[in-house]
Amino acid sequence: MAEYALEINNLQKVYDNNIVALKGIDLKVAKGDFYALLGPNGAGKSSTIGIIGSLVTKTAGKVSVFGNDIDTDLNKAKSLLGVVSQEINFSQFEKVLDIVVTQAGFYGIPKSTAMPKVENILKRLGLWDKRNVQARTLSGGYKRRLMIAKALIHEPQLLILDEPTAGVDIELRREMWSFLKEINKNGTTIILTTHYLEEAEQLCRNIGIIDHGTIVADTSMKDLLGRLNVQGFVFDLDHPLDEAPVIEGFPLKLEDPLTLVAAVNKDRSINALFSELTKLNIKIKSMRNEANRLEELFIEMVNSNEK
Amino acid sequence: MRLIDLKNYLSKWLIQMKNNFRVSVSLWTLTVKEVRRFLRIWVQTLVPPAVTMSLYFVIFGSLIGPRIGSMDGFDYIQYMIPGLIMLSVITNSYNNVVSSFYSVKFQKSIEELLISPMPNWSILLGFVLGGVCRGLLIGIIVFGVSLLFYPDFTVANPLLTIVVLLLTAILFSLMGFINAVFADSFDDISIIPTFILTPLIYLGGVFYSINILPDLWRSISMANPMLYVVNTFREGMLGVSDVSISFSLGMIITFILVLTSSCLYLLKKGTGIRQ
Repeated sequence: MAEYALEINNLQKVYDNNIVALKGIDLKVAKGDFYALLGPNGAGKSSTIGIIGSLVTKTAGKVSVFGNDIDTDLNKAKSLLGVVSQEINFSQFEKVLDIVVTQAGFYGIPKSTAMPKVENILKRLGLWDKRNVQARTLSGGYKRRLMIAKALIHEPQLLILDEPTAGVDIELRREMWSFLKEINKNGTTIILTTHYLEEAEQLCRNIGIIDHGTIVADTSMKDLLGRLNVQGFVFDLDHPLDEAPVIEGFPLKLEDPLTLVAAVNKDRSINALFSELTKLNIKIKSMRNEANRLEELFIEMVNSNEK
Repeated sequence: MRLIDLKNYLSKWLIQMKNNFRVSVSLWTLTVKEVRRFLRIWVQTLVPPAVTMSLYFVIFGSLIGPRIGSMDGFDYIQYMIPGLIMLSVITNSYNNVVSSFYSVKFQKSIEELLISPMPNWSILLGFVLGGVCRGLLIGIIVFGVSLLFYPDFTVANPLLTIVVLLLTAILFSLMGFINAVFADSFDDISIIPTFILTPLIYLGGVFYSINILPDLWRSISMANPMLYVVNTFREGMLGVSDVSISFSLGMIITFILVLTSSCLYLLKKGTGIRQ
């Protein structure tokens, strides 16, 4: 029995135009994990996903899906894998139902067997009412759902999503999050790439950061966030201020007369800050964490990799 | 020990059967998808050949034909029928595969196939069967139209006719596939049919017997591969041909084998479809 859902060793990719996309990456994703693969544009995320899904040919290295090497057991590896690509990749002139039934057929599932599964997945993704409309008439959000339905129709054990919520409104994004959490809970390993770092923070247990074709971080989300020494807090004030107060050990800045932002070092207690603010007769109506903690780390890591 | 061997054998056999079933379903799915595609746009795919061929029959068959007289002992319209059916089958088989495969590349829906566990030969066969179905359907439609203009037409050798029709549709579907693999724009899928395929077919004996040509042009015509396809089909339908049938059939089958191998090699290499 394979220990990992995905195992990548020394994966390299050099395109025909001599662009080096991957410089020998190693990556292991455990079974049942919800893993985020982050990186700036052109970092090598899509090349990695392309190679796993056999849309891109690798230059060197090994890739195994649940222990099935894509060089020797490609079809077995493919049958365990579902990929939601970044770009829309279905025939826009076909009906929603036909697209999903056809995709099931490509995996060897006959129409009669596929129909109950198709109905179930389309209902879960809110697409059942639109099953007889041409795909090109769907809105961007529904097209994304259709991409997910297609990738899940053969019940893959590993689902890879390449920026699935790009251009999707907040409500739909949250619906998708809840759907992905549910299928992960039911045992499907999920690998997600996204530009919304909040998304990775909300969903994923482990995280890899890729930059310039190398992995610069591969750890748990908790560990990564734990590396933050400073946390940002935003205070909504009761009365407007003209300028930010000066309190030793707590750098403060005034975003607007009613919003104060504080940077609190992890070894300092926030109670001390409250006491100082109370002494200065500054009343706080409400407080929240400054978004986005992961973003700070991400920028920090990518910047240090460039140096 | 023997019981264990039997168990292993049965288990392997079951896996193989399961795999065969899965591949059969995927091949059937792709073929149905391809057929559904050209039937969905029937106004673009099925009607134009019927209209164009009707015009050929009216102008060259009914109006000009009687003035031309007979060709190889047949009424001119009768002589033209096999050529026009072949013209339609060749162009439609080719166009179906080249436009369909290029469209899936252009729309990126090729990824649906590449990500799936379908073997390459099954992907190729699915597209070729789509082209063959359209070619045969168009052949039947054009033959139906021709009967409106020449109701007494009888097929001399039905078996040869069907065999040549099938082989030709397969051959040109494969050619369309290779064109689509290398195509980078919609221009690339129309250049070969417009500037190479159509002139070769027209000069390949659709409208005339090469025996009426001067020696030099007859010799040049013998180098046109379309001449062999058209004439072999005419042998099947009318019982006359300008070329050797066994040689032509041999060449068609050889080309099918060479092109099939080339297509499978291109798919394996990922030319034009994988980065």
